[in-house]
Amino acid sequence: MSEPTNTFEPRIVAFFCNWCTYTAADLAGVSRMKYAPNIRVVRLMCSGRLDPQFVMAAFAKGADGVLIGGCHPGDCHYVEGNYKALRRVTLLKRMLADLGIEEDRFRLEWISASEGDKVKHVVNEMVEKIRALGPLDMPGKHTHWDKEMEELEAHVNHSQKEIPAHAH
Amino acid sequence: MSNRIGVYVCHCGTNIASMVDCKAVAEYAATLPGVALSRDYKYMCSDPGQTLIQQDIKEHKLDRIIVSACSPLLHEHTFRNATRQGGINEFFFQMVNIREHDAWVHTDRAKATEKAKDLIRAAVHRVPFHKPLEKKTVPIKPDVLIVGGGIAGIHAALTLANAGKKVYLVERDATIGGHMAKFDKTFPTLDCAACILTPKMSTVKTHPNITMWTYSDVTKVEGFVGNYKVTVRRNPRYIIEELCVGCSECVEACVFKEPKFPDEFNLGLGKRKPVFLPFPQATPLVAVIDPETCIQLKTGKCKKTCVEACGDRKAIDFSQKAEEKEIEVGTIILSTGFKIFDAKRIPYYGYGTYSNVFTALDIERLVNASGPTGGELVLRNGQKPKSVAIVHCVGSRDENTNKYCSRVCCMYSLKLAHLVKERTGAEVYNFYIDMRTPGKGFEEFYSKVSGEGVHMIRGKVADVFLENPADKSGRMIVQAEDTLLNIMRKVPVDMVVLGVGLEAQADANDVRRQFNISCSTEGWFLERHPKLAPVNTFTDGIFLAGCCQGPKDIPDTVAQAGAAAAEALALIDAGSVELEPNTAFVVEQECSGCKTCIPMCPYTAISRNEDKKIAVINEALCKGCGTCVAACPSGAIKQNLFEDDEIFEEINGVLAHV
Repeated sequence: MSEPTNTFEPRIVAFFCNWCTYTAADLAGVSRMKYAPNIRVVRLMCSGRLDPQFVMAAFAKGADGVLIGGCHPGDCHYVEGNYKALRRVTLLKRMLADLGIEEDRFRLEWISASEGDKVKHVVNEMVEKIRALGPLDMPGKHTHWDKEMEELEAHVNHSQKEIPAHAH
Repeated sequence: MSNRIGVYVCHCGTNIASMVDCKAVAEYAATLPGVALSRDYKYMCSDPGQTLIQQDIKEHKLDRIIVSACSPLLHEHTFRNATRQGGINEFFFQMVNIREHDAWVHTDRAKATEKAKDLIRAAVHRVPFHKPLEKKTVPIKPDVLIVGGGIAGIHAALTLANAGKKVYLVERDATIGGHMAKFDKTFPTLDCAACILTPKMSTVKTHPNITMWTYSDVTKVEGFVGNYKVTVRRNPRYIIEELCVGCSECVEACVFKEPKFPDEFNLGLGKRKPVFLPFPQATPLVAVIDPETCIQLKTGKCKKTCVEACGDRKAIDFSQKAEEKEIEVGTIILSTGFKIFDAKRIPYYGYGTYSNVFTALDIERLVNASGPTGGELVLRNGQKPKSVAIVHCVGSRDENTNKYCSRVCCMYSLKLAHLVKERTGAEVYNFYIDMRTPGKGFEEFYSKVSGEGVHMIRGKVADVFLENPADKSGRMIVQAEDTLLNIMRKVPVDMVVLGVGLEAQADANDVRRQFNISCSTEGWFLERHPKLAPVNTFTDGIFLAGCCQGPKDIPDTVAQAGAAAAEALALIDAGSVELEPNTAFVVEQECSGCKTCIPMCPYTAISRNEDKKIAVINEALCKGCGTCVAACPSGAIKQNLFEDDEIFEEINGVLAHV
């Protein structure tokens, strides 16, 4: 076991719908349930408002995990926004896999307004799984990739300068 | 950016302050770009707290306000008002939830404080993008729909009708009255249930402001607060309601000379004919024909002696069809009640197997003067029981069935103990886990019944078995551990009464979906807030009354029905309601007219302008979910309060390192 994972605290950004999951998280609070303090909730009116770019932005800015919470199928306050969310999430999952982002870092859960305990379980479970995976550090990776690109560019530029010399 | 943001960190007494270092959070917020002022305060929602915001807006020329306190679902409204009264647009406000989502759910003060800082930073990033918005005002239609005609629906209907409002009361049974109409006496006063209920039922029937539709179902609900369009299906009862006078001549004349079919109102303890009146005080007092048992309706080959008996009144109509009614109402009260726990789910109590095991509701009918035995409490063989066991908590406070306490069973079990003793002189044994009598006059009633010689045994009944296994209608042995005497008790009895708990209606889930409200895990309709909005739901304009929200006794039900009626009245008399301006709109120049958004909208609010070749959103139909916004490939649709910029900045802010 390497040292850094011991002090690693995952940062999870959650997008919760106003009517079910945000309310469930309120209920967890009112019921004084205790769960890991690693989650930061962004409130949306509906999980259907979830633009896949929000998820990409969260990962890009340093989130180690992203959690989406919506009403159970058939229970959406806006009839079917959660189905739209489900489709987007399904596509997005494949894309994230291609980018090398582990499956456990991105999760969609249906949590109704009465399921405060489910908020607790899902958050705790997700934190544990991500803790085991270690930091994602996309910003760090970006810096690293940028540096590689710069080096590559510099190399290409350098080679291009040399080509005309040989041509003469 | 040249914003002047004010940040307020609420202690909420010690609710937040005990787990979050509010002072440190406020000090941290002061260092963030754009923050002109940052304070922590004991109670932000109090009057001085709100005044503080208003004064600061003026004195410090603040143009954005952030309050980090409880959930926005609780106090967003409060602080928006304070912001507006301070002189700036109320939507320049953002709420940060550091109580329900932070202080109350975490145990590490340093980490909880860290989280509060992150959440406030997100808001500080977000608010500069807030735009001034106006709330849309829509008129409230003055009529009210009440679903369910038990005591809750009846009381709410009368309250509203007496205030001059027009009420539609829809009941799916053939009569209003609900469970209360089945009871004999009510605890703890031993008032006769019929004597206090039936006058209210007949007032409902004759009230000029109440349209009562029995034998009817709500089939469709559309619209929003103030403007609901509801379809009600009036099921055929094969009797023309306006022509029937409830004389029962058709019942007597029916070709079935004797009642033959289980009578639903008496829970199958009595018999009825295919044409019947549910009970003598049924409201409306109109006969019903059951298509499942009526020969004419089943085969078309009956002598139709009933039609003959009805004669010139011509109230019988075998060709009656279901009729759909469309109504427009502004508010809705749900009072759909409960069902009793199915005692067969606990097989060792013998309900449905041993013939002298009854539910409490069965006994209500048996001791009732209008019941199948005319008020004689007898065993299946017609004899009076000499000993009776009453089992409390059947289907309540039990890990295997329902964990909750049904609240009414202890009291009604005591009431039944009193009635059984009074009617039969039998030895009565009440087996209870805990005696729960927390109500006005309840404990006194318990003392009174104890004083009457009813045996109170503290112990959960483990088994009910036959004295002679071959005789299923013979005496039974009730076995329980008496936890006060620390002995095993085996009590032989003639009759067992099961104090069944209350459960949500079997179709509560369908009803909930139809009206777009939530349920608790047990299936009860969920109130908006357990203390501050106990009769409201998450859908504006829809209110709850009675047991559909959770088990309760008649006084509480009536009180809640009055509260629901008052909430509806408050909306109606205000005349209009303000809606959240979180609707979506199309930025014309950016729309490519691709039509991706159109099928996204469940409310058909989006259409295509064929001249401009772009999408158009009808603001009146948009409910503000934002699904189209997320779907628009060119980012041409925006949602007020949840614009992309606002959300992206919130994400940036929450993740920006300290």
